[in-house]
Amino acid sequence: MSSGRTEGQARAVSPAEGLRAAFAEGRTALIPYLTAGYPTLEGAYEVGEAYLEAGADVVEIGVPFSDPLADGPTIQNTTNRALENGADLGYCFEFASRFSGRAPVVLLVYYNNIFARGAEEFLSEAAGTGVSGLVIPDLPIDEAVAFREMAGEKGVAICPLVAPTTRDARLEKAAEAASGFVYCVSVAGVTGAREVLPQGAVELLRRVRQKFSVPAALGFGISTPEAAVEAAEAGAQGVIVGSKLMQIVADGGPEAAGAWLRELRAALDRGAGTEG
Amino acid sequence: MQQETDKTGYFGSFGGRYVPETLIHALEELEEAYERYKGDPEFVEELEGLSRDFVGRATPFMFAERLTRKWGGANVWFKREDLAHTGAHKINNALGQILLADRMGKSRIIAETGAGQHGVATATVAALYGKECVVYMGEEDTRRQAPNVLRMKLLGAEVRPVTSGSGTLKAALNEAIRDWVTNVEDTHYIIGTVAGPAPYPRIVRDLQAVIGRETEAQARERLGGDPDAVVACVGGGSNAIGIFHPFVGREGVRLVGVEAAGRGLETGEHGASLTGGAPGVLHGSLSYVLQTADGQIREAHSISAGLDYPSVGPEHAYLKDEGLVEYVSVTDEEALEAFLSCSRLEGIIPALESAHAISYAEGLAKELGPGMNMVVNMSGRGDKDIGVVAEHLGIDAREAEEASGDE
Repeated sequence: MSSGRTEGQARAVSPAEGLRAAFAEGRTALIPYLTAGYPTLEGAYEVGEAYLEAGADVVEIGVPFSDPLADGPTIQNTTNRALENGADLGYCFEFASRFSGRAPVVLLVYYNNIFARGAEEFLSEAAGTGVSGLVIPDLPIDEAVAFREMAGEKGVAICPLVAPTTRDARLEKAAEAASGFVYCVSVAGVTGAREVLPQGAVELLRRVRQKFSVPAALGFGISTPEAAVEAAEAGAQGVIVGSKLMQIVADGGPEAAGAWLRELRAALDRGAGTEG
Repeated sequence: MQQETDKTGYFGSFGGRYVPETLIHALEELEEAYERYKGDPEFVEELEGLSRDFVGRATPFMFAERLTRKWGGANVWFKREDLAHTGAHKINNALGQILLADRMGKSRIIAETGAGQHGVATATVAALYGKECVVYMGEEDTRRQAPNVLRMKLLGAEVRPVTSGSGTLKAALNEAIRDWVTNVEDTHYIIGTVAGPAPYPRIVRDLQAVIGRETEAQARERLGGDPDAVVACVGGGSNAIGIFHPFVGREGVRLVGVEAAGRGLETGEHGASLTGGAPGVLHGSLSYVLQTADGQIREAHSISAGLDYPSVGPEHAYLKDEGLVEYVSVTDEEALEAFLSCSRLEGIIPALESAHAISYAEGLAKELGPGMNMVVNMSGRGDKDIGVVAEHLGIDAREAEEASGDE
């Protein structure tokens, strides 16, 4: 599919490479999350547009699942609403295709949504709609071997999650498995806004940066510009913001979310964003 | 042929470990602890001693004479798990796991519960071992099973009602897993059934297999050999796996698992994952799941809170696909009828869960015919269910008393 952007021949190569390239400029990549179909099927598009206007480097799109056990109450509320709104897989792919030409898109998707569709077919649809990568919170690397191979053939990147509880030996396995970015979970817990950057996050980033050749993005609980700057200083090459933005969308709509993201971008550019 | 899980925790193609990365280390730790202690003489002695003195094992093996006569078919035997301490088989698993948690140095215990039986069992062993205990229970279930909520509180546990989804067992499991992800360092999750990520299905099965081992020995003594059939209800499937385990693949022993058909399979309002579901991933393992074409998990329905679950332990999925166990289903109405006949004819008020097994047993007894022997797992007692039953019969407690006086 043709790219709506003119600047880079780098983007034409493969979605997975495009995804890694989004991190390549020595500035901290901004990865806002939104739930497809929230607050309404139409309203979700406005949220995505606001993210792009605010300078999102990668857009993470949540495919709503009935039982999101890695998510806290804020994101659960959005996925429940999205399901009530009728955000099925067909809608999610259509939604992704609307943005994938303008910024790399990753899907946050629970494994049963993939399994029910059939892994092969899911990957074909993802590739066909320009999806660059997948974050699958309930598919640890050991269960993902065959799936990863299939994804590789379709040119869709896998972004494995690692946590403060992940031991070094597993980090190495995850490093081998990663083809997009590595999603560093900042804290033992579910998604949700937190005031400060958790202690374990800094140590995790240090370990990850030693072992991974793909970029490291930090997520779960980043809810202030200060925490994002801290994450960047600790070595995060990207920050993923979800619950905080979904809360802002709930309270103030897409424009408010865009405004908050611009503040975050500015803080990162002022702060440690030029590390490396 | 005896099935065993390999190291990755699969039963055939079912099982696995589909959980957030944060929990992987805890599951590995649990697996190591289990491998280390399951054969450890001190562990075994402690478990067997408490099973005897605290739980009251071995549970009796009883001839149900009046039901046998009424049905006019095979001899009906009850394995009386309802007589185990706390009133159900759930204590077998909770006790074994608290021993493990204690050895792993975990100070905090969490559990999910549907009917409340597993919650009560967990609160009980937590009290016995002096551990902090939090039990997640769907809000709807806290209403349906109010006496069990009180029991848990009396035992010192905190009961957290869960309002998400339909407020039943599925939602309680989600919340328990979220708690565990958050507090994994000091917390052990005592899952109540043979579901969840590896190694849980295997650990829970091994701990519940005491039911089957006792049944096997008791049948040998009383019947001079194996029974011709064994019937058990299946929600998550722990009492069924427990009693089936030694008999799986054994010639001449029919194993029958009875799921909840709720308002009828054709209505879509049921809890029969094996009969009416398709393979999928929920709560950490690949098994049969009630779901939409898009892979969204459907809400289950059953009059019995313990069978109100849209998935089933992965070993059952394997046993079904291999044809080693027959899986059937029984509606709410049929289970209620069996609940009443068992109460009136045998003097045992069965759990609504167990009533599903009793209901199917009637037809099977007739099919097998006189002279054959059929064991029904009386997995729990029904005191907790009298409110639900009264409501369904459209009578209040006083009327119920009068009605029973008319008999």
